[in-house]
Amino acid sequence: MTTAPAQAGWRFRQPSVIPGFGLTLGFSLAYLTLIILIPLSGLIWRSAALGWTDFWALATDRRTLTALKISFGTAFIAAAVNVVFGSLVAWVLVRYRFPGRRVVDAMVDLPFALPTAVAGIALTTLYAPKGWLGQLLMPLGIKVAYTPLGIVVALVFIGLPFVVRTVQPIMEEIDKEVEEAAATLGASRFQIITRVLLPGLAPAIITGFSLAFARGVGEYGSVIFIAGNLPYKSEIAPLLIVIRLEEYNYPAATAIAAIMLGLSFIMLLVINLVQTWSRKRYG
Amino acid sequence: MKRLLLGIAAFAGLVLASSQAWSADKLLNASYDVGRELFVAVNKAFVAKHPGVTIDQSHAGTSAQARAIAEGLAADVVTFNQVTDVDFLVKKGLVSADWQKDFPDNASPFYSLPSFLVRAGNPKHIKDWNDLVRDDVQVIFPNPKTSGNARYTYLAATAYAKEAFKGDDAKVKEFITKLFNNVPIFDTGGRAATTTFVQREIGDVLITFESETRGIRKEYGDDKFEQVTPSVSLLAEFPVAIVDKVVDQHGSRDLAKSYLDFLYTPEGQDIAANNGLRARDAAVAAKYKADFPDVRLLTVEEVFGGWDKVQKEHFAAGGLLDQAYGSR
Repeated sequence: MTTAPAQAGWRFRQPSVIPGFGLTLGFSLAYLTLIILIPLSGLIWRSAALGWTDFWALATDRRTLTALKISFGTAFIAAAVNVVFGSLVAWVLVRYRFPGRRVVDAMVDLPFALPTAVAGIALTTLYAPKGWLGQLLMPLGIKVAYTPLGIVVALVFIGLPFVVRTVQPIMEEIDKEVEEAAATLGASRFQIITRVLLPGLAPAIITGFSLAFARGVGEYGSVIFIAGNLPYKSEIAPLLIVIRLEEYNYPAATAIAAIMLGLSFIMLLVINLVQTWSRKRYG
Repeated sequence: MKRLLLGIAAFAGLVLASSQAWSADKLLNASYDVGRELFVAVNKAFVAKHPGVTIDQSHAGTSAQARAIAEGLAADVVTFNQVTDVDFLVKKGLVSADWQKDFPDNASPFYSLPSFLVRAGNPKHIKDWNDLVRDDVQVIFPNPKTSGNARYTYLAATAYAKEAFKGDDAKVKEFITKLFNNVPIFDTGGRAATTTFVQREIGDVLITFESETRGIRKEYGDDKFEQVTPSVSLLAEFPVAIVDKVVDQHGSRDLAKSYLDFLYTPEGQDIAANNGLRARDAAVAAKYKADFPDVRLLTVEEVFGGWDKVQKEHFAAGGLLDQAYGSR
């Protein structure tokens, strides 16, 4: 474990051998302000038009709460599924050489590239009661399309590359020799995974989880096709925002967005803290 | 610090966009989602008569269009399928308050109505609105919250119930709740609902604009689906208006006016009828009579007392429409 050098008193211009600090920082600040800060403050500002009582009434409305629960719940489950199977995919791609590996590797990125609406329509076609997979699952009593399960399926599809692409490079850096050394020192296979591999991979896995999760919470395009959009059952929070916009109810729409933003921020913060902790623990 | 400011300035320089020149022989028509085929045909015919003119089209849900125009989308004319969305532009000061008097027939050159489409042979014997609340019938229409098309469906069903139950509000509410309980999926738009009904083979009856049901039969064959026109329905107007603020900036008022006038000419009316919309022009309507069965049409004004009232009582958050979803 390396210890960080003692922090000197904070100064505006960090002494650095690399030139261009002021220039690049100024550019970045202006860029971030325009791209992130101004839109987000506009969002908060607009939802402030609602007033506290109305905001609270909306935030505690059963329909809003159910929609939020569905959005965050399905995104969490989908991200968790992706952590397991995404890491497995990354493992296969990094550790084994087999014909067609590059094709599989490229395929992982497809959900990034595909317009989400296309993904939603394709998945719905597959999983609808009359679809190829749907009609096989139907006799088993499993309904995928038009249920929250369908939302999870769509989000798993959308989120997979986030986990694979964050875990893969870290996995590549772990030398095979480390595992071999552990084996010669008498570690069992299970111990190698839990004591040697996972600690090194944990930060990357957590990052992948939070990316997939954050993406899933806000996902709209693919979900609306497969969700069925029944209020209280499979209505996601982003759809509720669209519904409020259709009512020309900007304050309510922005208020739901602000709630989502707040919740996402808290959850990502917690995930970051966990990550820092795991880095300290295992790093 | 100087470097920091230089960085900010460099960024600002990157962002500066060149201003766009606009000429008076160009129009942007902001239209509803499923109007693409219609306006491709209309624009072709119009440009043939006015050489050198360009008509650009933008299609999306009309409330989204109205919001975009209010935020600065420079559309010269709007051709919507909902009066409320033009009224929104009036409130924003972009369209004059008496726009419905600028063109004949309430500024609605053609009209349509919510109509039924059933599977071949009509296996569930669906004839009218009261068949839709039967326990063995599944109904498909998009989410009235996100689709203007379905808003008309909701209003038409309510208008029917109001007549059938002679204004007994409790019974009307029960009828509508039952109807909504028979809807297994709420798609967000009219075309998505069509896909659900036609390709996923879900539901026994699709309710959508008559213009859509005719399009589906053309696309997928008459032998697969049958059109059922209910005994009574609601007049769905397709309002058109000039966006005053934009045409004054562009200097395109004359062209905008002649473009919208063209929709009322026999040629424009013929194109509309060809695309499944009912024509106002008597001669054109007579020509296509076989395609459009007689139906008694109620209007929002006579049943609900105008769009403003509908908006407040039915479509606002927590209104009658929200209550119809029940709590399942």
